Amino acid sequence: MNKENSKVMAVETAVKRFMNDGSHISIGGFTLNRNPMAAVYEIIRQGFKNLHLYAHSNGTGVDELIGAGCVGKLEIAYAGNGKTAATCIRFRKAVQEGTLKVEDYSNFMMSLRFLAGAMGVPFMPTLSGFGSEIITAWGFSKEMRQADPEIPDDKLVIIDNPFGMKQDASKVLLVPAINPDVTFIHVQKADTMGTCRIDGLTFADVEQAKASKHVVVTCEELVKPDALREFPERNQIPFLHVSAVCHVPYGAYPTAVYHHYDYDAVYLRAYAAAAKDDDKFLTFQKKYLYGVPNHQGLLNLAGQERLEAIKADARTGYAVNMKRG
Amino acid sequence: MQTQDYSLKEMMAIMAAREIKNGDIVFAGTGISMLAAAAAKNINAPECVIFFETGAIDSAIEELPLSVGDPRVMYGSASNAGLLEAFATMQNRITGDKVIAILGAAQIDRYGNLNTTAIGDYHQPDIRFSGSGGGCDVASFVPRCIAFMQHEKRKFVEKLDYLTSPGQLQGGGSREAAGLRPGGVNVVITNMAVMRIDSESGEMYLDRYYPGVTPKIILDNMQFSVDVSKAKQAKPPTETELTTLRQKCDPQRLILG
Repeated sequence: MNKENSKVMAVETAVKRFMNDGSHISIGGFTLNRNPMAAVYEIIRQGFKNLHLYAHSNGTGVDELIGAGCVGKLEIAYAGNGKTAATCIRFRKAVQEGTLKVEDYSNFMMSLRFLAGAMGVPFMPTLSGFGSEIITAWGFSKEMRQADPEIPDDKLVIIDNPFGMKQDASKVLLVPAINPDVTFIHVQKADTMGTCRIDGLTFADVEQAKASKHVVVTCEELVKPDALREFPERNQIPFLHVSAVCHVPYGAYPTAVYHHYDYDAVYLRAYAAAAKDDDKFLTFQKKYLYGVPNHQGLLNLAGQERLEAIKADARTGYAVNMKRG
Repeated sequence: MQTQDYSLKEMMAIMAAREIKNGDIVFAGTGISMLAAAAAKNINAPECVIFFETGAIDSAIEELPLSVGDPRVMYGSASNAGLLEAFATMQNRITGDKVIAILGAAQIDRYGNLNTTAIGDYHQPDIRFSGSGGGCDVASFVPRCIAFMQHEKRKFVEKLDYLTSPGQLQGGGSREAAGLRPGGVNVVITNMAVMRIDSESGEMYLDRYYPGVTPKIILDNMQFSVDVSKAKQAKPPTETELTTLRQKCDPQRLILG
């Protein structure tokens, strides 16, 4: 196999190669947009357990991973998913039942934590959060933190501004770096070496990817490296950071990919309805997750009509007049 | 009382829209806050700039986004960046001081502190909510925040079960003493009233009550008491405001229902 193609593999292979039980992982996207769902479903089907998941607001994928019992510890800013779930349903249930250890941060704090990891510094500073119980209430106890070398001993640290009153700040909050073992992202375009081009909002995908020991990219279009060397300023993640590239069209389904397809409100509603009841949820998972061999199986269940209905309009990048309510 | 020809949701959206001025940078969340931002843009503040924590600035909102991660926020924007850029825009005082944010919460206290995290014990909650998202950051950074609330005793509480997003903390300058800039929630818009936070004491007071509601009814729906001596009746939405809201802002009735 030549060097150029050595990163190209099936998503099943990539998940098997880079994941372990207990891995520290993160996923890209935001609520119902560009979640790496093909990879998420594969992690679930391969049955990985006790994962340590870092999230800012990666709604759909986070709730599916929690619902499948893959996650032991979660560090998160926001668990909601658009109109179908003001609070992600399996997340809420797991926290209320005490089956999931959760540590709360804010979206800026989580984004900065990935940035710190990407930059190789132990923390980043911010002026957010003073007076909030995000700082004082710890989901992970001091003892638990000290017993686990992968987690910093402190959740957050406040220091006096070392530069006097610069920026009119008397104090600064330090947020600790995150370096996940693996980050999964889904992008519009990647080349065979792993360079990525994301259209639309990048959310925190770039920082998450650059903070991670391994990055698994799934993409709508897989192209030759030359194709992305024209207008390289449109690329956000160079191949250096990437371990695996998997060509998975509709790989973010049922979440949206700007200029490719919208989120599938029908699926998300069906998920939300099922997730409220344990038995119904198991039936739902048996059909859509465990009952299919791979992501194409889920797309087949969704059917051509649904995929057509969510197809992005060329001008706006989303499905105009799609029924969402 | 006259028969209402507008819904409370419409009233709330318009009351919030009226808080937004030309030149404001409006930080919008989901649901009714998105609708209020769109109403301001289409009615009273056409030159306000709507932006989202996901990083989209001045999006062309042809269809109402149902989530800040909706691809509808990406179309026609001045810039599609990411979370870091969005929050930096608010933390940076050059731009941050122009931002007015719209937030929601499960609980609010007399100082405008918000809980969007949990009811009951944090570690073993009776009800778990989504968490901060960008709420804590926004409430920390920007000078003006509108909070949308339902006027209910369990939501206007003496003590929050969890303080997610800082308002005036314990009042009396404690916000600044903690290290925060002046800011946080200064207006609370409910299904009954518009409440404001007094800049001196840091405490909530009743500013406007909706037609058909009395200050007593409002106080009966709160765990804590507030000053009602300055309260007047709110001016209901005008025909123009209602027509624009219905026909231009939410023709699909995604939020209005």
